[in-house]
Amino acid sequence: MRRAMLAVVCGVFVMASARERPAARQGGATIAGKIKFTGTKPANPKIDMSEEPKCKAKYQAPPTEETVVVNPNGTLANVFVYVKSGLAESYKATAPAGAVTLDQDGCRYHPHVLGIMVGQPLEIKNSDGILHNIKAKGTKNRPFNISQPTTMTSTRTFTAAEVMVPLECNVHGWMHAWLGVLPHAFYAVSGTDGGFSIKGLPPGTYTIEAWQEKYGTQTASVTVAGTETKPQDFTFAAK
Amino acid sequence: MIDVCAAVVLTVMIPSPASRLPVQDTTHGKVVYGKWCLGCHGETGAGDGPAAAYMLPRPRNFTGALYKIRTTASGQLPTDADLVRAIDEGLPGSAMPAWKGRLSDAERRDVMAYLKTFSSFFADTSQHVVALKFGSEPGGGTSAEALKVGRQFYDSIGCRKCHGDQGRGDGPSAPTLKDDAGFPIFAADLHQSWRFRGGASSADIYRRLRTGLDGTPMPSFSDLIDQKFLTDEQLWRLAQYVRSLSPARTPEVRDVIHAPRLAAALPAAPDDSVWARVERYWFPLVGQVIRKSRWFGPAVSGVWVQAVHDGKAVAVRVSWDDRSHSPDTTWLGFERRVVETVASDDSGAGTAGPWPDQLAVQFPRRIPDGMERPYFLMGGETDPVYQWRWTSAGGAGGAGGAVAGVARGLERFDTLPGAPAAQTSYEHGEWRVVFTRSLATPDTANELQFAAGRAIPMAFFAWDGSSGEHGTRLAVSTWYFLALDQPTPPRVFVTPVVAMLLTLGLGIVVVRRAQRRQA
Repeated sequence: MRRAMLAVVCGVFVMASARERPAARQGGATIAGKIKFTGTKPANPKIDMSEEPKCKAKYQAPPTEETVVVNPNGTLANVFVYVKSGLAESYKATAPAGAVTLDQDGCRYHPHVLGIMVGQPLEIKNSDGILHNIKAKGTKNRPFNISQPTTMTSTRTFTAAEVMVPLECNVHGWMHAWLGVLPHAFYAVSGTDGGFSIKGLPPGTYTIEAWQEKYGTQTASVTVAGTETKPQDFTFAAK
Repeated sequence: MIDVCAAVVLTVMIPSPASRLPVQDTTHGKVVYGKWCLGCHGETGAGDGPAAAYMLPRPRNFTGALYKIRTTASGQLPTDADLVRAIDEGLPGSAMPAWKGRLSDAERRDVMAYLKTFSSFFADTSQHVVALKFGSEPGGGTSAEALKVGRQFYDSIGCRKCHGDQGRGDGPSAPTLKDDAGFPIFAADLHQSWRFRGGASSADIYRRLRTGLDGTPMPSFSDLIDQKFLTDEQLWRLAQYVRSLSPARTPEVRDVIHAPRLAAALPAAPDDSVWARVERYWFPLVGQVIRKSRWFGPAVSGVWVQAVHDGKAVAVRVSWDDRSHSPDTTWLGFERRVVETVASDDSGAGTAGPWPDQLAVQFPRRIPDGMERPYFLMGGETDPVYQWRWTSAGGAGGAGGAVAGVARGLERFDTLPGAPAAQTSYEHGEWRVVFTRSLATPDTANELQFAAGRAIPMAFFAWDGSSGEHGTRLAVSTWYFLALDQPTPPRVFVTPVVAMLLTLGLGIVVVRRAQRRQA
């Protein structure tokens, strides 16, 4: 009985620690790198928010879409990097109970690209307090389309691995976000320095894929052992 | 005792064989599908049959198992009953007809089973397929109080963003809408409930609000009830309000427009209060698919027509729903997508451009004595027709104006010097044009001379510029009739009285005689 209690407490503790960053697991190897970019930086389309003064007021300069976000250091943000294959078939991961949050603020999605585990709750938050609808257009997952006419939060989960599930608002045709759904926690999104790191990997050889909204995907094969950190950069070229 | 218990437990646990449902025969379903469905929905069920390219909305793609009309939550698979309903009743306002009465019960059931095989989702036992529980409609749904509550939520949950302030599908987001396959999609015109895909009743509308229309921009509002933003009753009131925007009954198409004779001045303005008291007639329009280049995606689904006269002149008011006051640059992107989506014939694709909205009202040049009329599609070389043509880009300051002319087929229109007076209004997605002309004109050879008490052939044509409609790409009607009512002659009132008096007098005579004989 005591052992069972202990197991439950441990389980809760593990789940709690996995919250937000499920990849932060003790031990294992790490694959880290940068998403480089070559060529001329494309101009993202400007968004006309005059129909939504409440959103428009949140910006000093006219906001743009986030199709290609080039960081000041010339790297790319919003690239989804994940383990596409290479995990042992016996590998099983439990979805953390903690939710991933997608916020609608200033008539844009924050974040623009995000990852989630199968079964993990996605909290969809409307901070704008004006009408948004949020539509998930997965093909492996059942889609949904729900209305949020006020400040509120809706929660949904996903049943199947899918990279990527497009999310969109039809009231504001410019609002797009991308959700990578995976059965494991080995994924990351490149940040404002273009960097990413995937931690806690068991030893093995993995196919790592980097996905960018406009430029598609690139893959690399990386072998890791023990607790080492292996570098792996990806380079996308302007089209 | 234990045996009895075991038996009871077993009976409860073992599902009854085939659950007493009729067997669904997918092999037979495939045969039915091949014969009746494949032409639009395609061999693999991908909604890409030979006829699909001519349609907007496109036929359902069964491979994604995404269905608009369901009783299940947003994103869930439909129930078998939902699918059967779509097959039985069709989807009004689209090319999908009702198959009940055309196919047998077994054929419809089997084809339903077969179309489920196009998607692996139906075989996935982890999928929930549970119809939502809908309460019953609260009464008093047509009262001013109920409609006021409904309207309040129409505004507060943002319906107007797509459906527009008055519900004609002209909201600010409407020109940006696409379905999940990327095809342009119109926000429903809430004034035409008979074209709602899932049915016209308040209960149908309520169900669409709860479930959303999967694959389209229309979301589900169920979360709002769960989160107590509104109550179930308030959502019903919204459904009742939406229902109230359309006529109580589906307008029936009648052949003859009766134009009453007015003693007062004719209402020349589109918003004259006189029009509210004049009966209106609905005439459906269809795409022009006879002559090249054909047009399979007409935007104007019909026109409402009213007419009055005063013995000297006639006034005709034509009203129709149109989401855009064309040319309108905010709709150019939408127009381009429509032109790209709807295939034409081999005469080449249409062109998107700043086309105006247009309307034509057609008559023969003279009232025929028999049933012989010119060709309905704008007459011919030897048998021309007389038309009033209105355009949103014409007239002073481009505010709209009309001309009269003689059409000899779709390609030839010769303007005449005498034009009808035309006054126009465009408000919240509705055009109203009033044409006024004197009954008699000097040009008796080309211009119709209106006469009371005669059946005057009349037809209608409409173009929506923002759907790329111009030239032969238009919506057409067949011939109908206009009848200018004659003043009622006095004998109509006198004759029955005289007859009554005569009958009475005769009766008295007969009775008196009989009495005299008895005495």
